[in-house]
Amino acid sequence: MLITALISGFGLGSIYGLIALGFTLTFSVSGTVNFAQGSSVMLGAVLCHALYIGLHWPFVLAALIALIGCALWGLVVERIAVRPFVARGSNAWLMATVALGMVLDNSVMALFGKEPRALPSSLADEPWVIGNAGVFPLQIVIPIVALGVASLVHLGMRRTSLGLRLRAAVGNADAARLMSIDVTRLIAWTFAAAALLAGIGGILVAPLFNVAYDMGTLFGIKAFAVAILGGLTNPWGVVVAGLAYGLVEAFATTWLGSSSTQIVTFAVVIAALALAPSGIFRGKTLARV
Amino acid sequence: MSDLTRRTILSLPLGGLAVSALGTRFASAAEPVKIGLVAALSGASAKSGEGITRGLSVAIDEINNRGGVLGGRMLELVRRDDESNPGKGQTAARELIDKEGCAILFGGIDSPVSLAIVPLANSAKVPFMGVWAAATNITRNNANPNYVFRVSAVDVLVDKALIKYATSRFGSKSPGLILVNNAWGDSNFSGLTAAAEAAGIKLAGSEKFEDKDVDMTPQLQRLRNAGADCLILVGNAAPGAQVIKSLQRSAWSVPIVSHWGISGGRFPELAGSWAGKVHFVQTYSFFGQQSDIGKKVLAALMAKYPDIKGPGDVAPPVGVANAYDAMQLTALAIQKAGSTDGSAMREGFLGIDDYKGLIKNYVKPFTDANHDALNENDYVMVRYNGEQIEPVTG
Repeated sequence: MLITALISGFGLGSIYGLIALGFTLTFSVSGTVNFAQGSSVMLGAVLCHALYIGLHWPFVLAALIALIGCALWGLVVERIAVRPFVARGSNAWLMATVALGMVLDNSVMALFGKEPRALPSSLADEPWVIGNAGVFPLQIVIPIVALGVASLVHLGMRRTSLGLRLRAAVGNADAARLMSIDVTRLIAWTFAAAALLAGIGGILVAPLFNVAYDMGTLFGIKAFAVAILGGLTNPWGVVVAGLAYGLVEAFATTWLGSSSTQIVTFAVVIAALALAPSGIFRGKTLARV
Repeated sequence: MSDLTRRTILSLPLGGLAVSALGTRFASAAEPVKIGLVAALSGASAKSGEGITRGLSVAIDEINNRGGVLGGRMLELVRRDDESNPGKGQTAARELIDKEGCAILFGGIDSPVSLAIVPLANSAKVPFMGVWAAATNITRNNANPNYVFRVSAVDVLVDKALIKYATSRFGSKSPGLILVNNAWGDSNFSGLTAAAEAAGIKLAGSEKFEDKDVDMTPQLQRLRNAGADCLILVGNAAPGAQVIKSLQRSAWSVPIVSHWGISGGRFPELAGSWAGKVHFVQTYSFFGQQSDIGKKVLAALMAKYPDIKGPGDVAPPVGVANAYDAMQLTALAIQKAGSTDGSAMREGFLGIDDYKGLIKNYVKPFTDANHDALNENDYVMVRYNGEQIEPVTG
């Protein structure tokens, strides 16, 4: 039971972490988030399905185009549902991002249909057997990809000029502007990156689950809980919180039964936040660059 | 104007009323009888709604071609999508009764939706016919008078059949239950527990899952550790497929017997290569030797729906067959009642003596004590072969 719970927890937890990383990126730079991050999860999976199954494109190409689509969607979200409200000093972007996500979900419902569809993968067909437990190769691939992407984000932030500019904007946006850094454009890029990360999560999880217009809702909610738990501004904290969340979920189901899963998991989230209101892995809000 | 007397003037409105009444009677004779359907026409169980629609449509065409009911009134199907949501189903049912004036409502695959409609139908005195949802308390709802009838399986009887099949086919001595976490799952938990007790076997355990659960391996692992030698699955197509994918992921090759909810959507596509391992219950199969009615219905389906080229394309057969027979029984009830008044139709259903149907020859299908026309002797076990549903043989 332990092995099964660990495999299940790590797999789902790394997806939550990946999606939550998107919240961290945008919040760190702009103090805003895309509350419809779950819709970006769905968009990645649906676009990939449409191109790979519908148009019979090679999987890699379909996934790549789907991710570009997600990034463009992130730009649209920032331009329509965030920037105009932030410019007026309003917090209405909270509602605007939720609303835009609903527009996307319902548009996809009209175009893609309401029936869930399968995204078959050879990595999710024949399991590897470990003791009396089994695992699809994809379940091993998911944490590797998720941690790899998180590392890339970390390295990108530390070792590239874009990362340097981003960190400058995080540290002091006004000072960054004085240094000719286009903070507005940087914020837009972070929304694109956040949607792209969510899209990766959607494409990774689709062969284990299914593809549907409403598949992202629950992922989005859980990922936001993970982001809060991880400290919102701490990328590695968020990834670790994602894994922890997935493990708590899996162990709660394994040992207490599925009717206890959500009760236990969210009770743990509340308890953790009561003990550490800024998140377990509270990130630094200022950085010298 | 000078020729008009007081009597003439008084007679004008009366005459008008008489003409109007005649007109109404004439219109009433030509007015179609509306048949309401509240079912999942979209979402994960959309195929169930399509199957029911096809069964009803073929029966309605047949009835209309032989002159309709009540001296020439045609039947007209009015459909509403409940999206598998009890609240939406109840709203749709209210609209079909109040605005559309439907003489009867037919229900879909989801027991929670049907259970939400039952009190509405009973208070509005409009017959409600279940053709798929199997929760026991849909028909056994303690209402008096009870306006709810069903041509479908009944959980308490299906549960007996599933336990019997698990023990006789797979030699199971300790089946494990994996059930959807809703009213339908609860209904089956009670039925399966009682059926196991009656069969003298002990259940290994019972686990629940949510419709949107991604990974059910923890629940399955608990059942495996508890010594389950067979799984009994109760859930609709999409979550049922997740159970099978989780089972495959666990590399646990255990016999799986299922209620019929999995046949209401894209189960074979979603479940993948293990879909064919599941043996599940239906009330009818279009494979094998068919009665004259079976041949007639299959021919009508093939003529009306170009995608049906043979028995394997009638998917899901349970929805088609139940709806066909239920519609024919409804026409008989209307004829017996002599009107579309709900109370009269209720008596009409109870007054049907016999009907030679697609699923079986019905004799007194409905009585005061029993509003379920089918019983455990009417079930067949099937499995998927690709996209087709075939009887289990051998």
